[in-house]
Amino acid sequence: MALATLRGVSFTYAYTNEPALRDINLTLEEGLLYAIIGPNASGKSTLCALLRGIVPLFHEGELTGSAEIRGRNLFDWDPAELSREIGYVFENPFTQISGIKETVFEEIALGLENLGMPSDEVIDRVEQVVEQLELGALVAKNPNELSGGQRQKVAFASIIAMDADVIVIDEPTSQLDPESSDAVFAIIANLKKKGKSIVLVEHKMDLVAQYADRVIALNGGRLVIEGPTSEVFTSPLLNASDIARPAVTDLAEALAKVGRPLARTPVTRAEAADLIRARMKGGPRANRSR
Amino acid sequence: MPIVLDEVAFDYPDGTPAVESVSLHVKDGERVAIVGQNGAGKTTTVKLMNGLLKPRSGAVTVDGESTANRTTAMMAQTVGYVFQNPDDQIFTSSVQSELEYMPKYLRWEEVRRDERVARAVALCGLEQHLETNPNDLPIAIRKFIAIGAILVGECRYIILDEPTAGLDVPGLRLLNSLIDHLQTEGIAVVTITHDMRFVTESFDRVVAMAGGTVVADGPCEEVFADDDVLKRARIRRPEVAQLVRDLGIPTTALRLDDIVHKIP
Repeated sequence: MALATLRGVSFTYAYTNEPALRDINLTLEEGLLYAIIGPNASGKSTLCALLRGIVPLFHEGELTGSAEIRGRNLFDWDPAELSREIGYVFENPFTQISGIKETVFEEIALGLENLGMPSDEVIDRVEQVVEQLELGALVAKNPNELSGGQRQKVAFASIIAMDADVIVIDEPTSQLDPESSDAVFAIIANLKKKGKSIVLVEHKMDLVAQYADRVIALNGGRLVIEGPTSEVFTSPLLNASDIARPAVTDLAEALAKVGRPLARTPVTRAEAADLIRARMKGGPRANRSR
Repeated sequence: MPIVLDEVAFDYPDGTPAVESVSLHVKDGERVAIVGQNGAGKTTTVKLMNGLLKPRSGAVTVDGESTANRTTAMMAQTVGYVFQNPDDQIFTSSVQSELEYMPKYLRWEEVRRDERVARAVALCGLEQHLETNPNDLPIAIRKFIAIGAILVGECRYIILDEPTAGLDVPGLRLLNSLIDHLQTEGIAVVTITHDMRFVTESFDRVVAMAGGTVVADGPCEEVFADDDVLKRARIRRPEVAQLVRDLGIPTTALRLDDIVHKIP
């Protein structure tokens, strides 16, 4: 069963004229890590919200086409049930943090309490997540006193704690330093290994190239391309849509422009290093023969 | 006349030190990037620069005058601070009124106001959005509204806190051209960022911070060449700069355009 099947889906938010999504045809499989990329206002967040039913069940608007989530029409889902199946981390952690809890520990526990989990289990689960995300120093602090990056980690922790099968994350690392960004992606990769399905929006293309199985590129509410990560990043369609690519992919293109193309176009640093190393070993003759 | 921080210390309200013996200066028209981990003291340092925070010890002077003697409102005329989260800053119901708020508050003459607003609108690409409520616009545009509102003022120093977070390719292009333009006007730009490609493409000098202190301060090429500094500040080289390093290619080049010519 597919995680989501969208057929001809368009969505226009209430009180707006321009559709946020236009005629999207897309199938997302379970157990993979999908990255949604694209310029601002390209429909990334709306697509995330649709997978979680926030659009159109909470943010109203006009949905046309058909959207099936885990084999069931979106409109046939009970919103509460869908919220348990699909964990959702908002783009702006300031939106997600409840503001009603006085400590980070209670904030992370809030979702679990709402599920009616026994309190000793809640405590266990929160402690695990706190350890995993190295939030020990923050547990006693008031969520409202945290920095942007710290709030983002707490918002992420709250969703991880819920242990949903599917996790949708709108820009998990937008306010994090490189080390924390890597740590978040390592945790996401680990969740995938445990069989979770992950869909995330990310602007840091070097991280996307390293971790995503497949990439969904959007522009102006339309699907530009969906496919395996390296195929998407090396597609001419991306460049034409002003969508960022990994730095090493840009470098490969710059090398091609000055007449020294690599044997193929890399998307990760490791791939780029291998390709350049092979050329360095081969010497000028290997270069010429290409 | 520069911004000078001399042996500055500041504590968080709960008493834990945020920065300790920080000394640095920012000259006219300079482009300085402050980098380091979350919690390294970067935001505290820039808030000390524009007087939003006053030091526990040490001195902060702007154009030779101590920030201790000046109100936040006075300081905001000299050192403009663009918040990391635009929603902490934006509060009116249209882009136009947001940009006009400060000149109206200060009772500027209409000609001066209109000229400064028009300049900000052009630099921040806001022509299409003047009548729109900022809340109806995506975060990337709200970021430029927040920048625009500060640019309306006649600050000679502009601080941009995490300006690239959430920006796409066109947004980054606009930001880079905006920073270039400010330099031609002799306005200094200080940024806090985790985006090392942005640092090396748009800034001349890097201040690396860790644990509330400055661990390195110098030209980008110098700071990014020092493995020990990178380790202490827990920062990375830009991806392609790390690539040439991994390959053992001898160069301190950091920008993609320069690195292209170093690869055999």
